[in-house]
Amino acid sequence: MKQNTLSYKVKQYLMFAGPGTILFFCVVIIPFIYGVYLTFTSWDGVSATKPWVGLTNYAAAFADKDYWAALGRTAIYSVFAVVLINVLSFFLAYLVTSGVKGQNFFRSGFFVPNLIGGIVLGYVWKFVFNRAFVALGSAISGGTAPSILSTPSGAMLALIIVSVWQYAGYMMLIYVAGFMSVSEDVKEASSIDGCTASQTMWNVTVPLMRASFVQCLFLSITRCFVVYDVNLSLTKGEPFGSSVMAAMHVYNQAFTYKNYGLGQAEALILFLVCAIVGVTQVMIGKRGEVEA
Amino acid sequence: MTENEKAARQKKIAHVIMWIVLLVLFICFIAPFFLVVINVFKTKADTTSNPLALIGAHGFTMKNFPDAMKKMNFWTVFGNSAIITVSSTILTIAVSSMAAFVIVRNQRWKFCTFIFSLMIASMVIPFQVLMVPLVSVYGGTLGVLNHRLTLILMHVGFSVSMAMFMFHGAIRTNIPLELEEAATIDGCSRWQTYWKIVFPLLKPTVATVAIINAMAYWNDYLLPSLVLTKKELYTIPIATQAFYGTYSTDIGLVMAALLLAMLPILILYVFLQRYIVQGVTAGAVKG
Repeated sequence: MKQNTLSYKVKQYLMFAGPGTILFFCVVIIPFIYGVYLTFTSWDGVSATKPWVGLTNYAAAFADKDYWAALGRTAIYSVFAVVLINVLSFFLAYLVTSGVKGQNFFRSGFFVPNLIGGIVLGYVWKFVFNRAFVALGSAISGGTAPSILSTPSGAMLALIIVSVWQYAGYMMLIYVAGFMSVSEDVKEASSIDGCTASQTMWNVTVPLMRASFVQCLFLSITRCFVVYDVNLSLTKGEPFGSSVMAAMHVYNQAFTYKNYGLGQAEALILFLVCAIVGVTQVMIGKRGEVEA
Repeated sequence: MTENEKAARQKKIAHVIMWIVLLVLFICFIAPFFLVVINVFKTKADTTSNPLALIGAHGFTMKNFPDAMKKMNFWTVFGNSAIITVSSTILTIAVSSMAAFVIVRNQRWKFCTFIFSLMIASMVIPFQVLMVPLVSVYGGTLGVLNHRLTLILMHVGFSVSMAMFMFHGAIRTNIPLELEEAATIDGCSRWQTYWKIVFPLLKPTVATVAIINAMAYWNDYLLPSLVLTKKELYTIPIATQAFYGTYSTDIGLVMAALLLAMLPILILYVFLQRYIVQGVTAGAVKG
């Protein structure tokens, strides 16, 4: 049969998967490998030569205080944002699946922030924090209230608020799918066995939708760790560089200060941290999954 | 009152409370957009002195909208975003569904399983790791930046793994092999079998992949900002960023620009919200 020969298979592969494979290699695999190579050079982005410097960039990355400060800041931001996103979205999902009037309308409404890109959202909120809240604060206090974006902790808080607002609706949809996947029979059985509504909720429904939690935590962690758009438009790293997140630091290191090799080394470290946290979380989460 | 009536009444009260909580949260969610809208129609003096008022002291103005449109070069920018989003989405669907097809049907071929695993593994790589090498290779060595086509092909390259994964699942579970065999017996080539028999059956997945990717392409900022640095090639997010940098003091104008940036997708959402919500849910749960 001609269908089993290698040349037939290769032809088929190239015809159907050729374009996809080529683009994937050109955009992801080759740049990834080339990026690892770049970390061993001291390229400035302009010159034709890329001098080999060995592990100097990694040493510099480990000694770069600003980088570790940005990474630490990102970790703190992520912890708060991830917890709040998941608490709020779970609560929203619970409310919009409880059978109240207009729940579909609310579902689509909470999702709206997700439609709009981080850049635009950041500017919308910058206006809200800098103008609307200031006007509101001034009206209440009688004097001029400062914007929360003007203090380091305020800027962090603002970033967390915007991220929670941005992602809660999206995660809500995943939790809604989780709630819907728990069949009514199981819940009915538990209530016949004498469970109260909240016991059914915490001992039956929630364990059965563990997959949704794993999913939402993974998505929110991986997104928060590389936050960039909102960071750029909302705070731009200000005041005094106190809200520069890891991704922005990497961008500045490479494109603003032209330390491409160092920037790439720092990006690679960020990727490793992100991957380790994400994978650990999924492994822990999957271990205790319950089958209905 | 009987037990049943009591329970029913309690349930009703609980629903009313939940409804009120939902409404309050909903207002909090929508408030920022509302503030943008009311400030579009105010004069510059009013946006500074009283951003919270529904209508400013100096009355209603329609000036900000056309001004922002002109200064932002809205139609050019909108056209760029539309061309890039539509072509990237169509190409992503074609390229990744075909790849998924051949990979599913050659499951015992080691090469296919290798490519499949490589694509899955690559999904954890954040864009930040790839941006420097991308700029270095395509900007420095090859010099192909500042072309829409470059951005479109890069978009496809980045999304192909995720989209392929979703089509892979759909083809494996929903398309019986017998169907293809029947088509082959009837004289279809593999190419015809794919486009005439298999692809039409993938419609739900096509919709999901299209929605997720189109939204991502439309809102993408970092990659386009690195690839397209010429003003006439700007997409909406880049133009918004540039606009804010220039006119940040004129709040009314900025609000008009932000509203312009949001309107196209919001209008689309009004008509397609059921599909968008379904698509995003399906994509998130499968991915």
